Amino acid sequence: MKHPIDRREFLKLAGLGGVVFASSLGAARAAGTMAAAKGGASDDFYFVQLSDSHWGFEGPPNPDAKGTLKKAVAAVNSLSEQPDFIVFTGDLTHTTDDPKVRRQRLTQFKDIVSELKVKDVRFMPGEHDASLDHGEAYQEFFGKTYYTFDHKGVHFIALDNVSDPRALIGEEQLQWLAADVKKQPQDANIVVLTHRPLFDLYPQWDWATRDGAQAIDLLLPHPHVTVFYGHIHQEHHKMTGHIAHHAAKGLMFPLPVAGSQPQRNPLPWDPAHPYQGLGFRDIEAEVKDADFKLTELPVLKA
Amino acid sequence: MMAAGGLLLGAGTVGLRAATQPKEQVIKILARRFTYSPNQLKLKKGVPVVLELTSADVIMGFSVPDFQARADIIPGRVARLRLVPDKEGTFTFLCDIFCGSGHETMNGTITVVA
Repeated sequence: MKHPIDRREFLKLAGLGGVVFASSLGAARAAGTMAAAKGGASDDFYFVQLSDSHWGFEGPPNPDAKGTLKKAVAAVNSLSEQPDFIVFTGDLTHTTDDPKVRRQRLTQFKDIVSELKVKDVRFMPGEHDASLDHGEAYQEFFGKTYYTFDHKGVHFIALDNVSDPRALIGEEQLQWLAADVKKQPQDANIVVLTHRPLFDLYPQWDWATRDGAQAIDLLLPHPHVTVFYGHIHQEHHKMTGHIAHHAAKGLMFPLPVAGSQPQRNPLPWDPAHPYQGLGFRDIEAEVKDADFKLTELPVLKA
Repeated sequence: MMAAGGLLLGAGTVGLRAATQPKEQVIKILARRFTYSPNQLKLKKGVPVVLELTSADVIMGFSVPDFQARADIIPGRVARLRLVPDKEGTFTFLCDIFCGSGHETMNGTITVVA
């Protein structure tokens, strides 16, 4: 059977310091050739990262604003092997001044993602969800804004750098992070999930966390730390020391490359290539090697 | 006061100056969701300036990342940010406290000329 997606079309190889992030398993899951691609170690697993659905946004950058998230849910559900769990790294909804509308949007978002086959879904807020009310509405729907969980030998830490509208993690949470990191073995495999970049990606566009360097400093003593985040609506890879930071695409509109245009306005919708620049991510965890292989997947198969 | 990137920056107070320093220029900037007025500043290299920042509605930020300078703008108060521009070019300033839909394009430029 010829598959509708040529693997090369969506398998973005991100070369970074000699490392290539790619997963033949991720490609196989999307293309439906999983049986032929089996071969990972038994303790390996994979999870999916979704980000920046901005539910409630309306405008020319996405004529299918009410349909894109649903298509992404369908795309995840169509993966031939379902992930162990799904993470959603913030900006679930688009901001609004009206607390009632904010809750309506959160309700609608929650209803849509409840259609995911995988029921283990971990949420984080973005500034659009949480900055105007310090996370009050978000917490009514999704609980704590920062927390940890463990999965098959990997320690996951969800950090909140948005409930404070100043883009601060804050002293209290940093102390909590320090205490949690201290409890982990030196060689722990640590994954941080958050919304904003922890490093100064491009502060001129507010692509930063004001006290993110303090979080990075706390994580640095551990040799195996990987950060997955959102906020910038595009794939981006960066190393700070030995810590890898991977930004995900969004699900409403792509944003331009940092500094490539005067304003960080969304990239225009291209009718010839609908949903271009949108997508989600398959993350293959190779636990023994503390390695993660990423596969970028589109909202719609070509 | 803090020194950063060759600039002397201060928020809230204006520091003492040596008598030989050029006279400080004062520029008033009004922030309101989601604009600054004015949003384009022209400064002369080496000439100190004090930005007097006020907000017409909610708490805002005023950040010039290239000079590592920032201030909170709290409604009802005047925030003072002192700059001594020491490099030429055009630099972005922006609101770095999320203030709603439109926050992403709440910005302006500082052009420093010789």
